[in-house]
Amino acid sequence: MSAAAATEATLTSQEYIKHHLTNLTVGEGFWSWNLDSLGWSVFLGLVFLTIFRSVAKKATPGVPGKLQCAVEMVVEFVDDSVKGTFHGKNDLIAPLALTIFVWILLMNAMDWVPVDLIPWIISLVTGMDMADIYMKPVPTADLSTTFALAGGVFFLIVYYSIKVKGFGGFMKELYTQPFGHWSLYPINFILEVVTLLARPLSLALRLFGNLYAGELIFLLIATLGLYQLPLHFIWAVFHLLVIPLQAFIFMMLTIVYLSLAHEDH
Amino acid sequence: MNINATIIGQLIAFVVFVIFCMKFVWPPIMAAIEARQATIADGLAASDRAAKDLELAQEKATAQLKEAKVQAASIVDAAKKLEAKIIEETAGKAQVEKEKILTSGLAEIETERNRAKEELRAQVAVLAIAAAEKILERSIDAAAHSDILDKLVAEL
Repeated sequence: MSAAAATEATLTSQEYIKHHLTNLTVGEGFWSWNLDSLGWSVFLGLVFLTIFRSVAKKATPGVPGKLQCAVEMVVEFVDDSVKGTFHGKNDLIAPLALTIFVWILLMNAMDWVPVDLIPWIISLVTGMDMADIYMKPVPTADLSTTFALAGGVFFLIVYYSIKVKGFGGFMKELYTQPFGHWSLYPINFILEVVTLLARPLSLALRLFGNLYAGELIFLLIATLGLYQLPLHFIWAVFHLLVIPLQAFIFMMLTIVYLSLAHEDH
Repeated sequence: MNINATIIGQLIAFVVFVIFCMKFVWPPIMAAIEARQATIADGLAASDRAAKDLELAQEKATAQLKEAKVQAASIVDAAKKLEAKIIEETAGKAQVEKEKILTSGLAEIETERNRAKEELRAQVAVLAIAAAEKILERSIDAAAHSDILDKLVAEL
C-alpha cells in the first residue's frame, strides 16, 4: 500500500498512478509482450489447475475430504449454472465455464494485493529502485487478457453456430433476422453482425473496465497518505462483490452465448 | 493499455487451460460426484424400502395376531361346546345304565322272591302234610293225595 511512500515521494500522484498502470513490457509495437500479465495469468491458471487436478486425481465417491468438498462445491455451482441455461449435449461448455470462472476469479483477486506490495518485494530482492519496477499484477485489468478470453469465446460461438446449423444456416440466421422480408436482408445482416461482434466486445470491455477502474481507485486511494487505510479497506470490501460478480458474469454470458449458438431458429 | 502480442500468449494459455480442464479435471470430479449421488440415492431408496417393509411386516404381524385371537376364541368355543356335549352324552348314558341296572336288579329281586315263594309253597305243602299227618295220626299217601295237595298249594 504505502510501504513505498518514501521512495515514491519524488513522484507526483499522476506519475505514481501512471507508473503503476504500466505493464512490464518487452518488445516493440504490436509485438511487445506484457510479461506481468502473461506471468501472473499463467501462474494463476496453473494454481487453479494444480489444485483441481490434485483433487480430481484423488476424487473419491465416498466421504470427500475438505479440499474435495470445496472443489466439488465450485464444480457443482458451475455445473448447475450450465445445466440451467444450456440444455444440449456438449462436453466442452461445462469445463470451459469452470476454467473461465475460476481463472478470472483468481486473476481478479489479484486486485486485492496491495498495489505496492509486489514492487516492494521485488525491490527488496533485487535491490532495484521502485521507480524502475513496472508491475501490474491484475491480468484482467489488461485489455490483451480480456480480449484473448472474449476472442476464445467468440471463436467458439462462431464454431458452434456453423457446426450446429451449417454454414448456410448460420448465414441464413444472419440475413433473415429480425425482419423476414427479403428487401430488408442487408439491414438484417448489418444488425446481426453488430450483435455478434458486440458479444465478445462487451465481454472483454466489461471485465477490463471493472477491474481497471478498481485498480485505478486503489491507486488513487494509495496517494491519499494516512487516510488511505480505511478507504482501502472499504474499497477492498466492495471488491468482495465486484471480483466474483465479474467472474460469474463472464462465465454466465459465455454459457448463454454458446447455448444461443446451439439453438436453431 | 494497448492490445499487443500478449493477446496471443493469453489465448494460447486460455486454450491450453480449457483443454486440460476438459480432459483431466472435469471428468474425474464429475464422475466422483455422480457416483456419490448414485450411492446416496440408492441408500435413500433402500431406507425407504426398509421402512415400507417394516410397516408391512408390522401390519402382517398385527393381522396374524388378530387371526390367532379369533382362532383361539373359536377353539375355546368349540371346546366348550364339546365339553357340554360330552357331559350331556355321559349323563344320558349314565341314566340309561342306571335304569338298566335298576331293572335288572328289580328283575333279580322278583325272581328271587318268586323262588322263595315257590320254596315256601313247597315247604308249606310239606308242613301241611306233616300237620295233617299229625292231626290224622296216620300217614297219608302223598302220591294218592297229591291232587288235593296241589290244589292247596295253588290256593296259597
